[in-house]
Amino acid sequence: MTFLQARGVVRAYGHTPALRGVTLDVAEGEILAVTGPSGCGKSTLLHCLAGILRPDAGQVTWRGERIDTWSEAARSRLRRTEFGVLFQFGQLVAELTAAENVALPLLLAGTGRRAARTAALAWLDRLGVADVADARPGEMSGGQQQRCAMSRALVTEPRVIFADEPTGALDTLAGEQVLTQLVRLAREQRTTVVLVTHEPRIAAYADREVSLRDGMVDHTGLGLDPALPGGSR
Amino acid sequence: MSTSHVLLGLLAAGPRHGYELKRAHDERLPRARPLAFGQVYATLARLHRDGLVAPAGQERDGGPDRTAYALTDDGRAALDHWLGTVEPPMPYVTSTLFAKVVVALLVADAGQARDCLIAQRRAHTQRLRELTALKTAPGARLDEVIAADFAIAHLDADLRWLHTTLDRVADWHREVRS
Repeated sequence: MTFLQARGVVRAYGHTPALRGVTLDVAEGEILAVTGPSGCGKSTLLHCLAGILRPDAGQVTWRGERIDTWSEAARSRLRRTEFGVLFQFGQLVAELTAAENVALPLLLAGTGRRAARTAALAWLDRLGVADVADARPGEMSGGQQQRCAMSRALVTEPRVIFADEPTGALDTLAGEQVLTQLVRLAREQRTTVVLVTHEPRIAAYADREVSLRDGMVDHTGLGLDPALPGGSR
Repeated sequence: MSTSHVLLGLLAAGPRHGYELKRAHDERLPRARPLAFGQVYATLARLHRDGLVAPAGQERDGGPDRTAYALTDDGRAALDHWLGTVEPPMPYVTSTLFAKVVVALLVADAGQARDCLIAQRRAHTQRLRELTALKTAPGARLDEVIAADFAIAHLDADLRWLHTTLDRVADWHREVRS
């Protein structure tokens, strides 16, 4: 059974086409970079794969089941349990502390308050930001916020992490530390990662790269580049 | 690269013989072009002739005599002068990659030039991934990470240039052929 798949996905914003028939397979446990110039449709593709957006045409399947036809509630449940999302700006809840932010997905899924906090603290510790557990996002550096957002994305132990330019707002070194941790944890837990980036340097953290151009997979250049021989798995 | 100045720098920590210098070089400058033993001894001989290093005792460890060398005051001054001199930032655009792409645009049609750029982009991307894997491996040494960072930054710059050039190919080709 295929893990995560897009088949002929089409999506437009008003009259502007963003995706013009994208077909793509994501294998379980792989780290896939989706690259391409700005406006090529890579973020829209990520949103469609993660069930945030519904395609206008085509299909998105998750473990053999079409999720693009699911209700908003069902897709939202999927995002709380099986998927984790990480955006350019952490998008933490400003009024909550780091630990509360990280515990949030667990609380929404019905985990008890104390167990959720324990799990949140464990993840913050794993990502080296336990010292800001009781700080609010406004009191943290960009790198700390993004690690906190990563803890929140990982706390439910999702099968797939969708990361949209996760280092875009960070300086080079902080960005690198965040990515190194993301990749290391993903490999340890066999979590699949779909990483959207326009930077070759960032895409190089992935096992495989798919480039988009004008809303389609670019087969002429690096599109569907095979994984490195003797790669990471 | 100035091998003499690198060797002077490695001697700043104290006297070393040729074999130790070669090892320190490989450790501190990982991924540098390999430095042959012969080159180390030839460079030491030249530095000695110029009074920048001086013999500082011999060691015999069951094998051949090994002369240790120490930095002289002149050597220290030469090293400080080198470190204090700013490297000219890219005075010429000299790169085989750059020259090859320009020539490809001159002699090949747009399609061939594009294929050449795409093949190069693939090779660069592959190397970028290898170096990224190397520096993110658990337990990677700081020396290795810094060397990989340097190579990655340059490959990244080349890749951006290759991407832009690919986008320009059609126009440029028309211009150079007209």
